[in-house]
Parts: sequence; structure tokens; C-alpha cells
Amino acid sequence: MRELDLDLDAFEGPFDLLLTLLLREELEPIEIDIAAIVLAFVERLAEREEIDLEACGEFLVLVSALLELKARLLFPDEAAELDALEPEAAAEELARRLGEYRRMKEAAVWLAERLAGERDRWFRLGPAPLAPQPERRLAPQDSNALAVALRALAVPPPAVSLSHMALRFPPVSQFLDRFRTLLSRRRRFDFESEVIGLSRVEQAVAFLALLELRKSGEIALSQAAPFAPIRIARVDDERITTWTARSA
Amino acid sequence: MDSTLRLIATNPLDQLARTIEALLIVASAPLSVAELAEAAEDDPERVETALGLLRERFGERRSGIVLEQVAGGYAFRASREASEACARLFERPIERGLSHAALETLAVVAYLGPCSRPEVARIRGVAADSAVASLVERGLISEAGRESGPGGAVRYRTTPLFERVFGLESLAALPRLDDLGADGEQIRERLLEVASARAS
Repeated sequence: MRELDLDLDAFEGPFDLLLTLLLREELEPIEIDIAAIVLAFVERLAEREEIDLEACGEFLVLVSALLELKARLLFPDEAAELDALEPEAAAEELARRLGEYRRMKEAAVWLAERLAGERDRWFRLGPAPLAPQPERRLAPQDSNALAVALRALAVPPPAVSLSHMALRFPPVSQFLDRFRTLLSRRRRFDFESEVIGLSRVEQAVAFLALLELRKSGEIALSQAAPFAPIRIARVDDERITTWTARSA
Repeated sequence: MDSTLRLIATNPLDQLARTIEALLIVASAPLSVAELAEAAEDDPERVETALGLLRERFGERRSGIVLEQVAGGYAFRASREASEACARLFERPIERGLSHAALETLAVVAYLGPCSRPEVARIRGVAADSAVASLVERGLISEAGRESGPGGAVRYRTTPLFERVFGLESLAALPRLDDLGADGEQIRERLLEVASARAS
């Protein structure tokens, strides 16, 4: 790769000299056409019959680092972290990355040598034997108790009652008759005192009956305040009371 | 007191050594002292003493099988004298065809792991997908969680099999990274030297 000669607008010479000038800051990465470097390298590869993977890998690392340097310089305000990366720092970064890669390459070489040195070590490989499963131990059982349990299960279950699902509405007429009878004996009464002890449904039907009587003009309804007792009076009495109050 | 006396009488050190020997024969991976002590229902210190006995008994040129301390535990292997015979009968599928790229990736994971494929690619300068897949398939590295944050990349670390294949007692047996390769300053100096030589 060192032999790669470049003929660029800003530089003419070997690739490693270009790198050195960049590291010395004697050449601006912005002025370098990196695509032209890649083209030159690809042309050199095409000329050779064999591909040198080592050289290709090193070239890729260097060119990508150069590309990153150039991108950082071209877009200095793109990210805050780039502000601190001066050309010298960028060169340091390039050297650091190369150093890191070199160490890993050396480590790979060490591993390869180690592997070669261990070729006469043979050992058994395979799945580990299964660990024993914990044994399930049942407490002593009584067969009669089992029979009782089975017998209990054999009994058909009781029929499920659905009675609670049906709402029973007593007829409104029942309460109409009841209230009319009551009004024939008494001139007025409280609704609450008459429906106390009845279910919520029965109380609702009783109230409907009350509305029916009011609609037909048979009764007058009064309530002093919300939630106060509802008072029911015969209409005749109510008219008399009203008339008396007005005449007074 | 009775039970202690009975233990000494029925389980002397030699018998413990024989039990450990049996456990290591059955095991297909190195067993730690703690694992051996638990299986043998004995004291870890006595297990280590018994392992010392076994190491004398199963040493190179003394026996066809050799006791070695590897991958954080103890395991038997064939003696080196028998390696040629072993090679005629058995294969080494794990290290067969291990490429240079795979070895570089393995080095990155061994030294910097747990680390992700993008980290490996950043250091090596090329995509590491194929090398990582090959190493996972061989059982030399395995997944070790993900990087933090949503969609974090899978991280990898070396397995005990890696240590065993490479004959390492643990990852601490790897050479120090600082002792390997040139540092950044050396690389920079080398580049400058090359430039000076060309300029002159």
C-alpha cells in the first residue's frame, strides 16, 4: 500500500507521504479528494492478480479515518463533540485508532500462535450429562380417602338458580287501587310511610302509580325540599285548602 | 464428634481423590473446586489437597490422561504423547478453518468484551457480522446482553470453551494489551520517519 502513487489536484506522491503531511498539518484534509484515492487503490488492485487482504484492510481503516477527519472539518458545527477536535487532535485520534487496531492484530497473532502451540492438547467435548431431576415424593395416602374424594366429585352439581336474574314487577294497578283505597279513608299521607318495607322495584312501581294518579288529577303532590318526604293529598282537599288560603 | 470421626474413617483424602477423579472423567467441561466440593460433599480445602494428589498422579509422562487447570476449573485431557494418535482418530471442529478475521474479532471480544458487533467493526474497520456468527457457531463467544437504550446492539463475550481451546486458566492469562503492538505515538513517529526519508 505504501507503493500506491497518487496524482491528485492537491497532492502528488505516495500514499503514506500524504498521510504524514496530513498528520503534520501541512495539508488540509478538505483539499484531498478521497474518492480519487479510493479509485487509485482499486485500479492498483485490478492490476494485480492476487488480492492482498492485509493491505486492503489497512487501506480501508486509513481511508475511513481520513474520510471521518474530512467530514468533521467540513461540518464543524454539526455536533458539539466535534468542536473540540482540532486538526492535531484529529491526527491523534487517527494514530490512536491505528494503535488500537494494531494491538488487536497482535493479540490475534498471539491467539493464533497459542492455538498452534496447543494442537497436541486433546480433550473431550460434548454436552454435559443431565443433572438428576429431583424426585417427587408423595406423603402416604389412604385409598379410602381417595374413594371419598372421587365419590364427592361424582355427585352431580346442584342446578344453578337463575331466579335472581328475573325482575318481578308488580302491576301498577295494584298500587293504584291501594292508594285510592287509602285516600278514601284519609285525606293525605306520606309516600315513604306507605312504601317502607317494600323492595326497590316495588317502590318504583308504587311511584309510577303515584304519577298516574297525579296525571289523572286525583291527587296533588308536594315536597318541601329535595329528598324531603313526598306528601300526597286528595285534590278536593287541596283545592279547599288553596281556596281558604287565598280568601284569607 | 461422632460424625466427624466417622467421616475421617470412611472418607480419607485418597478416597476423596478417587471421587474427584470419577467426577472429572464424567464431566465434559472443567469443574471448579466449588462444584467438586458440592458433588463430593466435602470441604473445598480438602478438595484442593486431593486435586494436588491427582495432579501428581496424572501428570505428563506419568499417565495417558493429564489433569490440567483450565477455564476456571479442572479437567482431564489426553497426554501430549498421545496427540498424534488422537489426531488420527478425532477432529478439531472448533478451531478448524478459523480465519484471520475471526481471530481478530475473537481478540477484540476477549480483551474488550462484552462488546457489540459495531464496536468490533469500529476497531477492525470492517463489518464483523460474518466473523461474529462464525465464532458464535463454534461456541467460542456467546451473547451477553444488549447495549443500554432501546434497540441496543447485542453484546458478546468469550465462553469457557474459548479458554479451554486456547489452554488458558482464565482471561487473566492473556498477555497485557499494552504489551502488544505499537501505541499511537509510535505509529505517528513511524509515519513521520517515512516522510522524512522520502523528503530527503
